Amino acid sequence: MAYKPPKQGLAGQIFDVLTLLVLTVGALYIPLYLGLAGAAKVPNPIANPTWEALGQNATEQQQWAALGITDPAAANDIITARFDYSFSWVALIVMAVLVIGYFVMVVRLSDKEYREVIEERFGKKP
Amino acid sequence: MANVTSTAGEPERLQLLRVLGPAHIWALGVGIVLVGEYMGWNFSVGKGGMIAGLVACWVAGLLYTCVAMIDSEVTSTVAAAGGQYAQAKHIVGPLMAFNVGLFLVMAYTMLEAANAITVGFLLDTVAGMQGHSGLNQQPFIILAIMFLAWLNYRGVLATLTFNLVITAVAFLAIITLFVSVQFGASNVPLDFSAVTTDPLPYGWVGIVAALHFGLWYYLGIEGTCQAAEEVRSPARSLPYGTMAGIMTLLIAATMTWYVCSGLVPWEYLGQAGTPLFDAARVTGSTGLMILLFVGTTFATLASANGCINDASRAWFSMGRDRYLPSWFGAVHPVYRTPYRAIVFLVPIALIFALGAPLDQVVTFSILSGLLGYTFMTFNMVMFRNKWPLDTIKRGYVHPFHPLPTIVLLILCSTAYFAVFLGYGTQLSAMMCFYIVASLWFHFRRYQFVRRGDQFTMPWPKPVGY
Repeated sequence: MAYKPPKQGLAGQIFDVLTLLVLTVGALYIPLYLGLAGAAKVPNPIANPTWEALGQNATEQQQWAALGITDPAAANDIITARFDYSFSWVALIVMAVLVIGYFVMVVRLSDKEYREVIEERFGKKP
Repeated sequence: MANVTSTAGEPERLQLLRVLGPAHIWALGVGIVLVGEYMGWNFSVGKGGMIAGLVACWVAGLLYTCVAMIDSEVTSTVAAAGGQYAQAKHIVGPLMAFNVGLFLVMAYTMLEAANAITVGFLLDTVAGMQGHSGLNQQPFIILAIMFLAWLNYRGVLATLTFNLVITAVAFLAIITLFVSVQFGASNVPLDFSAVTTDPLPYGWVGIVAALHFGLWYYLGIEGTCQAAEEVRSPARSLPYGTMAGIMTLLIAATMTWYVCSGLVPWEYLGQAGTPLFDAARVTGSTGLMILLFVGTTFATLASANGCINDASRAWFSMGRDRYLPSWFGAVHPVYRTPYRAIVFLVPIALIFALGAPLDQVVTFSILSGLLGYTFMTFNMVMFRNKWPLDTIKRGYVHPFHPLPTIVLLILCSTAYFAVFLGYGTQLSAMMCFYIVASLWFHFRRYQFVRRGDQFTMPWPKPVGY
C-alpha cells in the first residue's frame, strides 16, 4: 500500500521554511560575523617605497598610472600583500573527514529512502 | 503549452511552457557564466600569480568539459525541471536530491548576489572616474535584483531572449577588446614580463590554490539543464547548447587572461573588482572603456538573470515534490512561471549582496558548485550501473566513460584543497550547514514526501533493486 504522508498545516510550513532560512544565513554569516572567514592575505609594506623597489618596470608604472595610482606608496599594500598558505594537517584532515563523511552519510541515507521509492513504484523485489 | 489534464479525478496541473531552443540554452549557460570573465576569475591570479591563473583557467576548463559531457548525457535522458535535482531524485535518492537542490539554489543565489555587488562596484568606479567618488552602491544593487526578479516573474521566453541579446553583446565586447589591443589600440603596450620575473610568487602550491577561483571562469554552465522542462527538444537542444557554451567560454576565458594579464599588473589584477573594465581603462581608449562598461553591466545582468531563473526552478521543484513546503510548487496562472519561488529568493540574495564581501560571496557560490560537481561523479557511475546503455534510450551518450568521471573526481578533490588554502573556515562552515540540513530533511521533512511520486521517468526498474 502506498505511503500516505501527513498533511502539513500552514504553521508547520512556515516553521520549516524559517528553519532552513536560519540555517542558511547562520552558517554562512556566522564565520563572517566572527571574523573567522576570509583569506589570510597580509600586506608587507616596504619602507620608502619607489616603483623600482616594488619591482615595477616602466610599462607597469604606466599601467598603474592609467589605473589612477601614480604614487608608489598608494600601491605599496597591494603589491606586497601575500597569502599565507601554511596550514595545519589536523585542519586538513578535519576538512577531508567532513567532506567525505558528508557524502557517505547522504548516499547511505538516500539509498534507504530510494528503496522505499522503488518498492512503491515497482513493487517489492522478488 | 496547454494545460495538461491528469488522470481522472485529479485536478488540472499547470505545466511550465516548452518554448526554448538550443540558442536559448546557449544563452542560459553562457549568460550565467560569462560574468566569470568580467569579475572573480582574477582572484586566481591573486592566489597564485599570472602563470597559476592561466593554468587554473585551463584545468578548470578541463573540469567543466567533464561536467558538460556527463551532464549532457544524464540531462538529455532525465528531462525535467530542476536539472541535477531531478537526476539525483531518480538515480541516487530523495535526500541526495534535496542536497543537490540546495547546492543549486545556494550556488546561483550567491552568484546572483555577486553580480549585484559588481554592478554597484562598477557604477561606483565610473562615478569616481567622473569626479563623484563615494557613490552609494546599495540602491543599484537592490534595483538590479528587483528588476531581474520582475522580469523572471513575467515569463521565461522574454527573460531568456533578453539574456540571448545581452550575452552576445558582452561576448563581442571581449573579442573587440582582444582584437583592438592586438591592432595597437592601447596607449600602454602589453607587458608579460612578470611571467619571467615573478612567474610563481607562491611556488607550485600557488597553482593549486589558484584553481579555487579558476572555477569562476565557468561556474554555472551546468545550469543549462535547469530549463529541461521548458525546452522544445531536450535530447537535441541540451547537449548542443551546453557543449557550444563550454567551447565559447574556453575561448573567452583564454582571451580574457591574455588581455588582462598583459595590461594590468598582476598584483592589482589579483584583487580587482572589474578586471576587464580595468584593462580597457589602461588602453586609454574611451570607446573601449564604454564598450567594456556596457559589457560588464550586461554580463552581470545576464548572469543574475539566469541565476534567478535557475535557482527558482530548483526551489520550485523541491516545493512541488514537498521537499520544501508545497506552497513553493505553484505555477503562475498567467505567466506560467514559478513565481513564489522567484519572489522568496529575492531577500536572500539581497542579504548577501548588501552585507558580504565579494570574494566571500564568490567562495560560497563556488563551494556549492563544487559539491554539485562531486555529486555528478558518483551519479554518473550509478546511472550507468542502474540503467546500462541498452536498457533505456539516451538523447546523448558521452564517450570514454568512466574517464571523464575519474578526471572530474580528481579535479574536484584538488579544488577542495585549493579552497582550503585561504578559505578553510568557509568550507567547514558550509559542510556543517549541509550536514545539519540533511539530518533535518531525513528525520523531519521526509515524512511529508510521497514515496512513489519521486520516480516519474518511464524507465524500467533499476538494476539491483
